[in-house]
Amino acid sequence: MILKQMITMKENFVKSREERTKKLEEMALKIRRHIIRDIYEAGSGHPGGSLSATDIITALYFYIMKHDPKNPKWKNRDRFVLSKGHSCPALYAALAESGYFDVKELLTLRKLGSRLQGHPSMKIPGIDICTGSLGQGLSVAVGMALGARLDRKLYRIFVLLGDGELQCGEVWEAAMAAAHYKLGRITAIIDRNRLQIDGNTEKVMSIEPLSFKFKAFGWHVTEVNGHNFNEIIGAIEKGVKIKGKPKVIIAHTTKGKGVSFMEGSVAFHGKPPNDEQFKIAMKELGGD
Amino acid sequence: MFKDYKYPREAYGKTLREIGRERKDIVVLDADLSSSTKTKFFADEFPDRFFNLGVAEQNMIGVAAGLATTGKTVFASSFAMFVVGRGYDQIRQSIAYPKLNVKIVTTHAGITVGGDGASHQIIEDIALMRVLPNMNVFVPADYVETEKMIRAIADHKGPVYARMGRSKVPTIYDDSFEFHLGRASILREGNDISIIAIGIMVSKALEAAEELKKKGISARVINMSTVKPLDEETIIKAARETGGIVTAEEHNITMGMGSAVASVLSEKYPVSMFRCGIPDVFGESGDYKELMEKYGLTADNIVKTSFNVLKRKR
Repeated sequence: MILKQMITMKENFVKSREERTKKLEEMALKIRRHIIRDIYEAGSGHPGGSLSATDIITALYFYIMKHDPKNPKWKNRDRFVLSKGHSCPALYAALAESGYFDVKELLTLRKLGSRLQGHPSMKIPGIDICTGSLGQGLSVAVGMALGARLDRKLYRIFVLLGDGELQCGEVWEAAMAAAHYKLGRITAIIDRNRLQIDGNTEKVMSIEPLSFKFKAFGWHVTEVNGHNFNEIIGAIEKGVKIKGKPKVIIAHTTKGKGVSFMEGSVAFHGKPPNDEQFKIAMKELGGD
Repeated sequence: MFKDYKYPREAYGKTLREIGRERKDIVVLDADLSSSTKTKFFADEFPDRFFNLGVAEQNMIGVAAGLATTGKTVFASSFAMFVVGRGYDQIRQSIAYPKLNVKIVTTHAGITVGGDGASHQIIEDIALMRVLPNMNVFVPADYVETEKMIRAIADHKGPVYARMGRSKVPTIYDDSFEFHLGRASILREGNDISIIAIGIMVSKALEAAEELKKKGISARVINMSTVKPLDEETIIKAARETGGIVTAEEHNITMGMGSAVASVLSEKYPVSMFRCGIPDVFGESGDYKELMEKYGLTADNIVKTSFNVLKRKR
């Protein structure tokens, strides 16, 4: 029943690629407006990395993943781990727009008593693990994949990592374990926006050559434009056919994507827009 | 005084194997030390439900968390130093905060690991674990208590930390002993003073009580194996009825079990008390018995400390 519902949703999208892209782009724009508004209302948060990750999260929640907002604990659901927990405004918006909770709740972000903590917590329906302290999500995904194997379940596990986060040693411990245990159900996506708090990742602590690193660790690697739905979806779907190997998609993105003065700007990694900036940003994103 | 000496960690491995036979949801992780932590007993019989994560403890904790989200009861083991020391942030964020059903059971805690020296002798693990919300902390005193405790924590839903040492310890309990989370056990009644101990120090406390008896002092001995949740009722009762407390633990006296007891006493029933334990210093290499002598983890020191408490009793 639920599965059928999901497939129908997918079919609706698939009528044509153009239509699919159009629908996903509309949703992504909506999510970007939520991000800006929620962070503005909260007075703090991380717009830059939320905006760079928006298209990836939109593709996952509104096309790729099997999930049921009415039944967040559905045993066969695909799992999503937001290892870069600070991008949660994008995730919260995707969850609300999917129907996990009322979109009005988004405005409670970071406020006292809210379920929408500054970084993902277990209070929120649709969240399976707390994140925020970087570097831990891939390890959790390895555990989820081992659990799926023990239970003979077929669900997939998607993990979104930041590029700065790849400087954490634990990520590579997990990468080693995922390949060692041949966890083909894991797809890691790197939000490769090239910026971290102190500047360009290659200046702070270079992570390149990234694809070679993952290949050397036994992963299947694809590189895509992280703002192109056909590329994101294409890479994930192709990955399904590769068995017994974890997959990583290096998604090249722009930090602050969609808001002119936030694009490529380190300043908006963890800073909310002021009143004037808020108005401009909303206008650029097609809001009022 | 004691005849039977056994390794608690062996009780851990064997009990885990038994529970594994009864329950399919038990999954065990180790970080390259399964032959020392004794999770090997489980691994040999259930290779499908045992995962070695190699020398990568932070990842092991995250993997444990992920498995727990799929409904497994996960035991993650290694030496206390490496799991707690290296994996603290992972335990905090991925286990304690989401309140997942993971049991972190460690061995080779404390200075009794001996020759390996300070790098391996964690004496601050209880402190680190007991300040974490949602975390429960247990320290078994002997082989039998370990068996019962491991069963109890497997049945309990939620995060647990349990620590054992490397060495053999005297068997104190017989099979009729029942372990209850949150309840201390009184091993010996007494009216003049109470000795509250954990782990290897419980047997030392019993020896001390015997010594004190020869000197005309009646000492109550309490095994506070459930450090968190702490059995406050038993502590307050002991303070009220005996008027003086000595605590004994193989741990830094800063923020260990003794400090937990002191907090209860100072707020709820202040009486004269002293803590026996390792002062705020790193350990060193040596035979574990010599180390215990050097750091005052002996029956003699408990006796001496008891007299200091008695002197100050009102």
